[in-house]
Amino acid sequence: MTPRREGVPPAAAVVASLGAALFILPLVGLLWKAPWASLAQALVAPEALVAIRLSLLCSLAATVLSVVLGLPLAWVQARGTFPGRALLRALTLLPVVLPPVVGGVALLAVFGRRGLIGQWLEPLGIRLPFTTAGAVLAETFVAMPFLVLSMEGVLRGLDRRLEDAARSLGATRWTVFRRVTMPLVRPSLAAGAALCWARALGEFGATITFAGNFPGRTQTIPLAVYIELESRPEVGVALSLVLLAVSLTILVLLRGRWLEQP
Amino acid sequence: MSLAARVRVRRGAFELDVDLAVEAGETLAVLGPNGCGKTTLLHVLAGLVALDAGRVTLDGVVLEDAAQGVSVPTERRPVAVVFQDLLLFPHLTALDNVAFGLRCRGRSRSDSRRIAREWLDRMDLGDRTQAKPAALSGGQGQRIALARALAVEPRLLLLDEPLAAVDVQARAQLRRDLRRHLTSFGGIRVLVTHDPLEAFALADRVMVLEEGHVVQTGTPAAVTARPRSRWVADLAGVNLFSGRAGDGRVALEGGGALVIADAVRCGEVFAVVHPRAVTVLRARPEGSPRNVWRGPIEEIDVEGAVARMSIATTPRIIAEVTMAAVESLGLVPGQDVWVTVKATEIVLYPA
Repeated sequence: MTPRREGVPPAAAVVASLGAALFILPLVGLLWKAPWASLAQALVAPEALVAIRLSLLCSLAATVLSVVLGLPLAWVQARGTFPGRALLRALTLLPVVLPPVVGGVALLAVFGRRGLIGQWLEPLGIRLPFTTAGAVLAETFVAMPFLVLSMEGVLRGLDRRLEDAARSLGATRWTVFRRVTMPLVRPSLAAGAALCWARALGEFGATITFAGNFPGRTQTIPLAVYIELESRPEVGVALSLVLLAVSLTILVLLRGRWLEQP
Repeated sequence: MSLAARVRVRRGAFELDVDLAVEAGETLAVLGPNGCGKTTLLHVLAGLVALDAGRVTLDGVVLEDAAQGVSVPTERRPVAVVFQDLLLFPHLTALDNVAFGLRCRGRSRSDSRRIAREWLDRMDLGDRTQAKPAALSGGQGQRIALARALAVEPRLLLLDEPLAAVDVQARAQLRRDLRRHLTSFGGIRVLVTHDPLEAFALADRVMVLEEGHVVQTGTPAAVTARPRSRWVADLAGVNLFSGRAGDGRVALEGGGALVIADAVRCGEVFAVVHPRAVTVLRARPEGSPRNVWRGPIEEIDVEGAVARMSIATTPRIIAEVTMAAVESLGLVPGQDVWVTVKATEIVLYPA
């Protein structure tokens, strides 16, 4: 049975093609510009290797930090009943829409040498700005909301009566968490962490503002791309390809979650 | 072994106020319409809902006492629940669902699995041990939920609409199986349901709950013979009237009166008239029957060879007549008829 309905009007199809081209052409351009012959060589260039290694370290650390801090935060937001919960949720969402450079400035205001907390950390010998730890913090600031938001939704949607059932069978709170709640949210947690990691890996604005651009210490891949594009464009493009490949891989891995056909 | 509970829970305008006592080996069915508070009652007994006032003791041990601030947490009560939607753990196999409670109560993994396997065999599910709940039928899921609850050897078994997840064809068989399993489980059984068939088939005693309050308690036969609420009367399929008796009459609450055979009875009473005891006529009856009313037929429901009709007399009444009578009298909805009830057919009991 084929319902007799009008197809897409030609005018809309043309405009839609323009829209799609806007997404697709830059990808084609990147692939066209890629120094395929010397790609391997470009990627083993010391600047590139150092940036890749640092980026992996920072983004993975930021992801771990996001899970460790973000999961309890999501839990509290999903299940807590306290005044100001709506405000807390809104503030958690803020880094998603905030320009990352503003995030970097805000982090400086808190953790800088004269910052809100930084002035107390300085005498203790703890320095965050312009350090690798600072880069991790900046990436966490930008990426954690993605994990919190997805986990909050999952925890909210979880049938809590399953937890009641577990308790009625003698499960302590910890057992309920370990044997019921976690297994049920684990697939979503993996997806949320992957999304969070991708965001951390690509972080630029907050990192360069708060942590600076020191090769080997805070110069992650996106920063290296920006710098190398001036001096050695083939390294910049090659690193861009790495980021593109990572993004595509995550998209493919998570396709079941977001790209499901109706 | 016994369960004694005095339960007071307030939720906004709703108040649950129930006293109950159940002996070991007994099945109490809490029967009531949706929203009467029966699931809340069950959750109170399981410790999932806190008491505002009252006390729950099981075998002399206080599980909850609102005044003293005592509350044994759910996981430490010797209580197991078969939930309405079964609530099997979707990520665990049938075997691990049944083994879950055993593991939580300190059994080793291999012990738990062995006992769980025995339970599944007993439930005729020995071939479904590795199936996940999503792959099970409603009836299989129901039996696994029951096995999961019984495997922990609770002293109190709570069942919330245990057959609701099962389709109608499988229900009769499962009801018989459930009855068998309940009987072989020696502890205390409390079942809540809105289905009178389920309550009457499974319970030794029925407690009718309406709007958070107990309307009546008794054996299934006693409850249906002497209903104390409109809801129970409808379940039993009889006419229930309430009013004040005196001088051989009952002045009904909703207007109208019944003439009764008992001249000395007085005070608030219930009166039951079986629909078969109601005579329907086209013309004014001959002689001098005492209870005569006239009114239009509202609707006619045909069930096989009999027809049940509601007639808008004062009081409104349900009559049951044969289809032959319906045809010979030419009865149709909207038609005015005469209705009579013999005084001796009215069953009276105190309200």
